[in-house]
Amino acid sequence: MASVVSGSLCIPARLWQNGPSASCLFNLSDGLADQNTYFAQRSQAPITTGTSVLGITFEGGVAIAADILGSYGSLARFRNCPRIMHVNDNIILGAGGDYADYQYLKDVIEQKILEEECLDDGFSIKPKALHCWLTRVMYNRRSKFDPFWNNFIVGGLQDDEPFLGTVDKLGTAYVDRHIATGYGAYMALPLMREEVERNPIMTKDAAQKLLVKCLEVLYYRDSRSFPKVKLIFDCLMSLQSLLSTCSFSFSPYCQLFYLFLISATI
Amino acid sequence: MAVNSLAAYNTYGGPKSIPFVPYADNGGSVVAIAGDDYVLVASDTRLSSGFSIYTREQSKLFRLSDTTVLGCSGCWCDTLTLARILEARLQMYLHEHNKPMSTPAVAQMLCTMLYYKRFFPYYVSNVLAGLDEEGKGCVYSYDPIGYCQQTKFKASGSSGALLQPLLDNQIGYQNMENVTPEPICMEKAMAILKDTFISAAERDIYTGDSIFINIITKDGIQEEKFTLRRD
Amino acid sequence: MGGPHSRYGLNEEKKSPLPLLGIEFCSSVLTGGNQWPCLILFRNQYDSDVTVWSPQGRLHQVEYAMEAVKLGSATVGLKNKTHAVLIALKRASSELSAHQKKIIPIDTHIGITIAGLTADARILSRYMRTECLNHKYAHDALLPVSRLITMLGNKMQACTQRYDRRPYGVGLLVAGYDDQGPHVYQTCPSANYFDCKAMAVGSRSQSARTYLEKHLEEFVDCDTDELIKHGLRALRDTLPNEVELNTKNVSIGIVGRNTPFKAFDEEGTAQYLRMIEGEEKRGGPPDTTGQDPTPPQPPPADDGPQDPIPAVAMETE
Repeated sequence: MASVVSGSLCIPARLWQNGPSASCLFNLSDGLADQNTYFAQRSQAPITTGTSVLGITFEGGVAIAADILGSYGSLARFRNCPRIMHVNDNIILGAGGDYADYQYLKDVIEQKILEEECLDDGFSIKPKALHCWLTRVMYNRRSKFDPFWNNFIVGGLQDDEPFLGTVDKLGTAYVDRHIATGYGAYMALPLMREEVERNPIMTKDAAQKLLVKCLEVLYYRDSRSFPKVKLIFDCLMSLQSLLSTCSFSFSPYCQLFYLFLISATI
Repeated sequence: MAVNSLAAYNTYGGPKSIPFVPYADNGGSVVAIAGDDYVLVASDTRLSSGFSIYTREQSKLFRLSDTTVLGCSGCWCDTLTLARILEARLQMYLHEHNKPMSTPAVAQMLCTMLYYKRFFPYYVSNVLAGLDEEGKGCVYSYDPIGYCQQTKFKASGSSGALLQPLLDNQIGYQNMENVTPEPICMEKAMAILKDTFISAAERDIYTGDSIFINIITKDGIQEEKFTLRRD
Repeated sequence: MGGPHSRYGLNEEKKSPLPLLGIEFCSSVLTGGNQWPCLILFRNQYDSDVTVWSPQGRLHQVEYAMEAVKLGSATVGLKNKTHAVLIALKRASSELSAHQKKIIPIDTHIGITIAGLTADARILSRYMRTECLNHKYAHDALLPVSRLITMLGNKMQACTQRYDRRPYGVGLLVAGYDDQGPHVYQTCPSANYFDCKAMAVGSRSQSARTYLEKHLEEFVDCDTDELIKHGLRALRDTLPNEVELNTKNVSIGIVGRNTPFKAFDEEGTAQYLRMIEGEEKRGGPPDTTGQDPTPPQPPPADDGPQDPIPAVAMETE
């Protein structure tokens, strides 16, 4: 999260370091002005950021993709920052924007899921409910002028129907069949819309191919992108089949692609 | 911040300070026309921000009861929140009074809810359409801080200024000579409504894709969809 | 004696020993009016406070609160595979007053009926409504019934463990529908709650429970009309011989798959009452004593210290 920036236009700077502020020489009220406690400005900019996230629905499932780079401005600072999480058995969540805010919310969501599991009443949160809850969380923070600087994409199966929704740092939320955040909104979304228009009932393979193509195009033009990406599928059929064939222990339906290998063959 | 205070060292690559603005303009238009025993309310389905279209299929109409529909345009995150709170308030009313809230009562409540947030307003243009206790169509329009006015027709949102004069002329018979104003029938209202949105989509980039129309009569609410240009 | 059953609205009204106010029963009944035949034995040292244990390990105040449920008029809840139904018997405190409302809608998927102190039920129903609304606001989804009941149980429990509280004197039957199907829950002043296939609470409800137990197997597969008829028959079995069910003293509520919770109006109720019209009462021999058969009984004697007997503050019927 961004560091605290104290001081603003309302409170004049100190005359010298640790010295009195200019106003305290004539403001005899209570000396509080000296403390700089009137205003605190918080989290006004993202620091370590992730770029676009892509999400798409297909026949019987959803997929979310994002690269795993944490950028520090233009510096490709952290090269292993996966930002798609596996919330519970039928929800996946991808995040762009400030990585620390994402990690914080990830902890909160994990705690929420854990508490739900502890109830052991057979209910687990559904994607639409999580999407709505995230919208409330984001909106509350923006209303406090202390936003979580993120774009989220929530995907999953809502009563066996694919669900894909997004929330941004203001709490702007909507549901669509294909969603892209960040630069993806400019470069990947037209590709996705075109493909979905041509091919409305998309198979999982077609969806995967489309996402990989979008990520590739983004890698060509988005300077904050990275060739190492993570793609998560959440679907009725392949959830089980991948579980049985993959040896990954914790997130069995995660796949890591190395895009540069793909582009090298082109 | 350290980076900003050292102007000479400020390269444009480092973490940049983007001022946080809690509002967004997500566009969209709402038109409502009331008749003697019906009311039409329609919104376009484009949700956008700047030059990008978020989604082409977002209805901006909220069905509050069997006789009341709210149309919202402006800042979408405020719209979502306002609609959620309204929904909860209506359920509380239903439980306390054992009957659904009437349209004029919802109109008054919306007014106070908006004014309550006077100093951090919901940045939303609301149009509330419904049937009153006598079954007559009524339309209430608002500004973001709770000014409320009852009318017979209203256009609001990104194309509001574009469409209102058209409605004034076609439905309110303003600036026309040698005509006798007469109540408008539903077919004509529907035709005008569609025409206004077609015109808006020609000129306004924040209005387009399609419209959802809610037709409220004493028999309930019917929904209709109509496509607009998508560019 | 003119028990509360004389208040079902027929000719025995004038025999009623106490003018009852606009609640299900007047709270002065609890403390015992002058005319009321009371067996008050103030020898019990262990019932002054909910936080005081008796040497047998019982909380007498909580058990007394359980008795309040038996003063309320009877209510029945039962379910089949897709729907849950609540049937309640309403009382009017006098001929001048309307019948007391017994069914309270909580949300589109939950409704309750009450037996006991109506005022306490109002507080609990407000709590339940608020919880449902909050969940709906934050998650855009209906609160699972079991979670609501857990929260309600926790709220009610606090009153059984603090000296400055009194347990809620009301028993609820909660009917709800969620992803796991229809539910009927019973809650008690002791803060216990039970997930039931079918249940009846309130005065003379033992006869209804007998009916429900006898026909338990039939409920699962019958249709909703049949289910309501079973409920009405069970409720009818709680009535004294001279009283009949009618549209004024019966409420029916239903919730289920694609059916938001709904309490029928008089016309809807009449339709179902007609279906069971003229049938024989099947509750076995009429309950002559008017006594609910299980007031808290002292436990079987053992070697431990004994409570004074009886542990009942007053007679309930």
